[in-house]
Amino acid sequence: MAAARRSTRRGRRRWLKAAAGALVALVFLAPYLVMLIGSFKRHAEILRIPPTYLPTQWIPSNYATMWSTPETPLPYNLVSTLIISFCGTLLVLAVALPAAYYTAKHRFPGRGVFLLLVLATQMLQPTVLAPGLFRQFLAVGIDDTWLAMILVNAAFNLSFAVWIMHSFFAGLPKEIDEAAMMDGASKLQTLRRVTLPLVWPGIVTAIIFTFVACWNEFAASLVILTTAENQPLSVAITKFVGQYDSAWHYVFAVSIVSIVPVVILFALVEKRLVAGLTAGAVK
Amino acid sequence: MSEQTRQVPVPTGRSARPAHRELARALPWLLPTLTLILTIVLFPAAYMVWTSSRDVSQAGVDRGPAGLDNYRALLQLPALGRVFGNTVIWVAGVVLVTLLVSLALAQFLNHAFPGRRLVRLAVIVPWAASVVMTSTVFYYALDPFYGIFNQFLVDLGILDAGFGFTRRPVPAFVVSMLVAVFVSLPFTTYTILAGLQMVSDDVIEAARMDGAGAGRIYRTIVLPILRPAIAVAVLINIINVFNSLPILRTMTGSIPGYDADTTTTLIFKYIQQDRQVDLASALSVVNFLIVLAVIGIYLAALRPMRDE
Repeated sequence: MAAARRSTRRGRRRWLKAAAGALVALVFLAPYLVMLIGSFKRHAEILRIPPTYLPTQWIPSNYATMWSTPETPLPYNLVSTLIISFCGTLLVLAVALPAAYYTAKHRFPGRGVFLLLVLATQMLQPTVLAPGLFRQFLAVGIDDTWLAMILVNAAFNLSFAVWIMHSFFAGLPKEIDEAAMMDGASKLQTLRRVTLPLVWPGIVTAIIFTFVACWNEFAASLVILTTAENQPLSVAITKFVGQYDSAWHYVFAVSIVSIVPVVILFALVEKRLVAGLTAGAVK
Repeated sequence: MSEQTRQVPVPTGRSARPAHRELARALPWLLPTLTLILTIVLFPAAYMVWTSSRDVSQAGVDRGPAGLDNYRALLQLPALGRVFGNTVIWVAGVVLVTLLVSLALAQFLNHAFPGRRLVRLAVIVPWAASVVMTSTVFYYALDPFYGIFNQFLVDLGILDAGFGFTRRPVPAFVVSMLVAVFVSLPFTTYTILAGLQMVSDDVIEAARMDGAGAGRIYRTIVLPILRPAIAVAVLINIINVFNSLPILRTMTGSIPGYDADTTTTLIFKYIQQDRQVDLASALSVVNFLIVLAVIGIYLAALRPMRDE
């Protein structure tokens, strides 16, 4: 009897926690629900006083008409975001992977200095350096180009990528490599069959972090990219907000289109994220 | 990582190869990273320090040396005191509140309950979303006339009529801080959640058997284990919050004057509105020195990374 009562109490507590969890989820999702609902309103309705919670008339065509507005050339902005994010992430990977691997597996003079230098770049963010970057790119003649933004995104996400992949490589026991070699595997085979699968979560975490940071970058793009066609979505949506009239329905439709893929990306690696942060941040 | 770096054994005598040969072998692996850091981080930093000592016209033409004139002009700025005060309140307030809420939230998300995975996913969303977009929807929803959050507060009976949260500097600054906490929570909560995985249930169970209360267990067992995770999360938050531009730019950008500015948003006003790159550079240099000082004080005073 007593045991049964205890188990129902525990069951009730479980559901109380679930209810509290639902409340937490609602708080975190609230602004994005406002976005989603607002993206289906008519221009006149989204500025109505007092506002409506749900659209009186659902306008899915906002998602079609937003691509051709006088405010900003949205198809270009999407292409710009895609190119800057993909190239930035690839560049980070190409640059950070060898450095993370070598510093984790080898001891050499200057190793500590190198790692500290990488860590120090974490403190220098593009916001602090914006005036310098702006002047430098102007002098070199690549201001207002994708190349400039790919370089900026790569440079300022490098630190985290090196850091997290380094700790994964460093966490690999040496014996695993040696055992594989003893079994007759070549160095390349060992890397591909043994090492890479083990550090894969670290690499994925680094890729996701970098990609999301590039995708959402705002401050440097704002200063360096001056042509509307070159600007990414994060800068483009600010064009819909005016002093007297704002096309909020377009702001929200573009935001939803920009946010949903990233949320899906995060959802795919949610479990690995905790493992990645455990290795990277806690070790 | 700095701790790891410090603990690396110095390779003296262990290797027969001379030091410069080992460095030469390492260099090809490190060269891409070094090149990127030198050209895109260190060079512009140096260039910025140099620009801060020049007289640059609004069209970008260098009109010769200016000595410390730009710094002097900064000090004479009437708004400077207010902006520095705002910066301190902004960083300290946002980082502290974020940490406290994250500690509670991570503890909660570490319990098993139905639907936990979905709740964890919901908590991640503000991290995935662009900060500009999140700030913009808050700005819209807090509009005194057509804002949904304002209407919601009126319908609940908390407000009589819509309140102009984003119309005057002080309330706009306060709601901006709340938005900053909101977007900082996911990363901080997940880092602490990762730290909580290191806490073994057996130890907690043993402490409970010995009659320790929940509060005591948290203070003496859980918090010490969380310490490195908290250290990293706070450090990264200090840097990010200090350098945050989009929230204040979106929420308070339409308010004239500098009453709701931090040093970082002021830099962008100088570049974009006033086209004073020389003054902006000087302020950026000061800004970076402040970040360094804040991090230095944090590391020295709280010693978050010290060995037990």
